[in-house]
Amino acid sequence: MTTYIDVSDVSKRFTLRHNRSLKELAVAAIRGRDLGDTFLALEDVSFEVSEGETVALLGFNGSGKSTLLKLISGVLKPDVGSIRTRGRVAGLIEVGAGFHPDLTGRENVYLNGAILGMTEAQISASFDDIVAFSEIERFIDTEVKFYSSGMFLRLAFSVAVHSDPEVFLIDEILAVGDEPFQRKCLDRIRSLKAEGRTLVIVSHDLDMVAKLCDRGILLERGKMVDDSDATAVVARMRGEGA
Amino acid sequence: MMPMVTPGIGRGLLDVVERRFLLRLIVRKELRVRYRGSVLGMAWSYVKPAIQFGVYFVALGVFLRMRDTVPDYAVYLFAGIVVMNFFGEGFGNATRSIIWNAPLINKIYLPRELFPVASLYVSAVHFFPQLVVLLVAALISGWRPTVAEVLAAVVGFLIVAMLALGLGLLFGAANVFFRDAENFVDLIVMVATWASPVLYTWGLVQAELPRWLWFVYQANPLTAAVELFHYAFWYGGTGRPALLPNGTAPIPDNLWAVGGGALVVSLVVLVVGQLVFRRLEGRFAQEL
Repeated sequence: MTTYIDVSDVSKRFTLRHNRSLKELAVAAIRGRDLGDTFLALEDVSFEVSEGETVALLGFNGSGKSTLLKLISGVLKPDVGSIRTRGRVAGLIEVGAGFHPDLTGRENVYLNGAILGMTEAQISASFDDIVAFSEIERFIDTEVKFYSSGMFLRLAFSVAVHSDPEVFLIDEILAVGDEPFQRKCLDRIRSLKAEGRTLVIVSHDLDMVAKLCDRGILLERGKMVDDSDATAVVARMRGEGA
Repeated sequence: MMPMVTPGIGRGLLDVVERRFLLRLIVRKELRVRYRGSVLGMAWSYVKPAIQFGVYFVALGVFLRMRDTVPDYAVYLFAGIVVMNFFGEGFGNATRSIIWNAPLINKIYLPRELFPVASLYVSAVHFFPQLVVLLVAALISGWRPTVAEVLAAVVGFLIVAMLALGLGLLFGAANVFFRDAENFVDLIVMVATWASPVLYTWGLVQAELPRWLWFVYQANPLTAAVELFHYAFWYGGTGRPALLPNGTAPIPDNLWAVGGGALVVSLVVLVVGQLVFRRLEGRFAQEL
């Protein structure tokens, strides 16, 4: 199997610095005190994801899941270790991050598609599909600031799932829209999986994750504590939680 | 088979060239957002320099009698002002562009140079209507350009664009860590207008400054750009006199040497800005 994501010995430390006015810098220099408290978000994490795998990143709040996704997408850089990916990686991390309220739905589809790495021709070719999937045909030329939050998220999700990368990183987006739309999103993700796309999913919906993913990686306070079958990892989390 | 790559490491400005479709969309968005809900819209980019020009012209040209020493003082003044507006807006907005786009930089990996380049692009879009006004004024005062004069305008534009982008990358990256940077930028822009022969003529400066300081004054790429613009748009309309009424030459005789030097200085600033930006950009997302 071809490796699509290779994470090796990755650690990431954040500095919690709130203020650095001249006064504070001077005080710190005189007292010889370090300015920041640091916080180890990830420690020595290693794994590989092969082509076509569907991997769930699991863990409770603050375990480092989102940091790991940001490292894989290239938004953050690891302090130690290395990350390598193959092909285009698109983060569905907070869908709608690239949307601007003053642009129309149509303009936002183009802007967001381009942000996610699509070419003009690709966006034009899948434009009708994107709009049809989001079910907001009537409002596509309305400015996005007049959209309801559900409409907004549906359009954003729709652009993201049509962006056609080799690796999808999905962070808590299945919480969008009403139930029929959620089901539609899940169907879409299943069909991506069936096409053999590589998916990395972060979600707190453990039942959904257990059904959707083949493999689960469990993080606990930045350390990787389990890497096995998704159902087994979910059971372990439930066991510990109880 | 596609190769394995390390995510988050790009090729800097080269990536921006590759993703020019996205660049175009970002520029269009910036322009749209800037003028949303405004009746005058893009006309504001004419109104502001026109008022600025009017104030300076009355105060300096009429009250301080600059008109008597500089023929076509209005064109002279405006040629310098458009250079400074382009530089000030490009540099200032490029510096702030990283902070303004923090939500995007935090969530999605993009070549981050896109944002300063888009800011420069927007300021170039605002520069062109001013250039049109300048051209009309120049034509009315009898300007018929030579090839050398047109070339001077192109060189001047390139100097300012590279300088503004280079400094914008440098200060934009610094601004992520210390917000003092944008205040510095405001100061630099304010001083820049007075540190170049925009409102007065270069001959007055040469007469006052010691030799070494005069050299420093001329080494400022903006001074060269302003003089190139004077040569391009103003000199031709004045009948190309050898001397001004105050006895100094209207255009420095080493104009092309100074211009060439400024081009090199701007290119160096751009390279340094890009290198520093790349050095720091890995930490943008966690600092914003």
